[in-house]
Amino acid sequence: MNTTFDRKDGRLVLAHIFFAFGALLIGGIAGMLQGMVKGGTITLPANIGYYELLTAHGVLMALIFTTYFIIGFLYSGVSQSMGGSLLPLTKRLGWIGYILMSIGTLIGVVVILLGKASVLYTFYAPMKASPYFYIALALVVIGSWLSGFGIFYHYAKWRKSNKGKLSPLFGFMSVITMLLWQIATIGVALEVVVQLIPWSFGWVDTINVVLSRTLFWFFGHPLVYFWLLPAYMCWYVIIPKIIGGKIFSDSLARMSFILFLFFSIPVGLHHQLMEPGVNHFWKYLQVTLTFMVVIPSLMTAFSLFATFELNGRSKGAKGLFGWVKVLPWGDVRFFAPFMGMLIFIPAGAGGLINASNQMNAVVHNTLWVTGHFHLTVATSVALTFFGIIYWLIPVITGRVLTPRMNRLGIIQTLIWCIGMFIMSGSMHTVGLLGSPRRTAYNTYDDHPDAILWMPYHVAMAVGGIILFIGVLLIIYNLISMMRAPKGNTEYPIGEVAEEAAPTPRYMENWKLWITITVILILVAYTIPILDMLNNSTPGSPGYVTW
Amino acid sequence: MHMHRLEKVWLSIGVSMLAVFLLILGVMTFGQGMAPPNKHVNHIDPTKVSETAPFDQPQIKQIGDNEYEAVMVAYAFGYDPTPMEVPVGSKVNFKVTSSDVVHGFQIPKTNVNVMVTPGEISEVSHTFDKPGEYLIICNEYCGISHEMMKTTLVVK
Repeated sequence: MNTTFDRKDGRLVLAHIFFAFGALLIGGIAGMLQGMVKGGTITLPANIGYYELLTAHGVLMALIFTTYFIIGFLYSGVSQSMGGSLLPLTKRLGWIGYILMSIGTLIGVVVILLGKASVLYTFYAPMKASPYFYIALALVVIGSWLSGFGIFYHYAKWRKSNKGKLSPLFGFMSVITMLLWQIATIGVALEVVVQLIPWSFGWVDTINVVLSRTLFWFFGHPLVYFWLLPAYMCWYVIIPKIIGGKIFSDSLARMSFILFLFFSIPVGLHHQLMEPGVNHFWKYLQVTLTFMVVIPSLMTAFSLFATFELNGRSKGAKGLFGWVKVLPWGDVRFFAPFMGMLIFIPAGAGGLINASNQMNAVVHNTLWVTGHFHLTVATSVALTFFGIIYWLIPVITGRVLTPRMNRLGIIQTLIWCIGMFIMSGSMHTVGLLGSPRRTAYNTYDDHPDAILWMPYHVAMAVGGIILFIGVLLIIYNLISMMRAPKGNTEYPIGEVAEEAAPTPRYMENWKLWITITVILILVAYTIPILDMLNNSTPGSPGYVTW
Repeated sequence: MHMHRLEKVWLSIGVSMLAVFLLILGVMTFGQGMAPPNKHVNHIDPTKVSETAPFDQPQIKQIGDNEYEAVMVAYAFGYDPTPMEVPVGSKVNFKVTSSDVVHGFQIPKTNVNVMVTPGEISEVSHTFDKPGEYLIICNEYCGISHEMMKTTLVVK
């Protein structure tokens, strides 16, 4: 394995990481202000609206921060684990993808700031944004496709020149992640290109609203797995190396990723449980498929803790839980992702509640849901991504992580956990009391039910301010690491334990996995979508209600 | 694929719990009629809501002993009719459609929570056993004054 990271590849990776953290900073400012408005502690200057902040926060955090970070991280690991450098075409695709995504982001931000697209990051029709908002989104998606093609190309070439060899786990997982993304984004691409853009330009008068929502959620749910899988890659492949242990089982890791590919796409209707226009048989079927992701999640939990325990015992830990003590709690590269794992337990349990058919009525569109995804993506995923930069930046720049930076990293992680505990905890609670999500400050004429929500909204603002301090600290840490002392840092790619059984060949039978994925999608979506296309519900004209 | 014995035990427990859980959801949905909102109960031209019966006259009316029907229109940013009143113990069947964008229809402290999508008619029922002023709010972002969108149902 290479000891130094390819310099040209490093530039591409850094470009992605910096763009991601730039989005995190701006999105963080928007998020904090939004929390303070909602809490009733400030009113914004006349020309900034709550919903513009909300749109900016959602788009920058959920779409831009995540996508850029993920592509940067995957490219780094592909370069490292499959040949030591990216193939020229892969690198070119990566840069073209980066430029397209960045042009899209900039256009999108301008259109949002001009107030032409206060439609939030779900942009539900028939609220009609400027066509340039939709074009901006299309550019981001197309850019990410090109980056994905780069990874597929690199992987295919690697396999051709390493006939008979098992592909590196990191590369395999990168391919699954991007494959999931390519298939999922077909839904939103169809919505944007076939429905929204022509309608927004006025080439067609009306839009099929239920169909547009369905195409959006065809993408919207796998999106969360697109965030999660790279975090899982860190947990499966990187963390064992950081703690000085081994990967529990290569084949289990691959199988869990394959199951995520199967069960993350044909499930979007569970976001539409509370709306008419879809037969409840199909809703129930997709709820069932949604719950199937419990299986790879349990496999992952088992594998990770098996790694921790085996490693602890090999270091002489005794007793049922003695191995907990020997984990490197003082190492931010372990501590931040580990807190992410831990928080994923309540986060995942909350997800089961949300997807539970009838139980969804209790929480649908309340702040409970906002609390839920601030645990999943904004804590489990975000803390893992934060943990990654403490070794990725030193690896790429040929520097070392200093004890001071490590300590600041631990502090940043703790700040994040405390802020999120307060914010997400209040969101969950007040959501159960009925407070709606995505709603600016209002006491509903001082209605007693709404007055009861107010202290929780204030607590959310307090949590938001603490989290913003966390954002500032991670940005400071990122910049400081660029100036850390020179030195050699190894890219921490884990090795598989010797006791683990060899990985069966069929794990890389892509035709089989893609066929099963497509069949599941066809089973879950064909009839509901045909219903939507054939029903006689008249379409909707567009409205600008902001 | 080889699996550790403990992992098999762990997964079997997990999968069995999952099966029981899904079975309960299924029985509730199909056996006990507790399904989320269903397919097209009715269509309506979303641009002609004010001319289409019964939504041309949004109102709450008694349709049986302790049973009321509330025909409602959600619009940016409010609901018609407003306000409404029923006696304690009444069952209210809400029939709601939208005359513009997508709205929500949520009554905090109850399980009433449906989306109101233009072109579709959302139906949901609830029996109000306790007196009070029930808030009805929009919980789907619908525009600049989304947070103002509400009405009330007084239960006396």
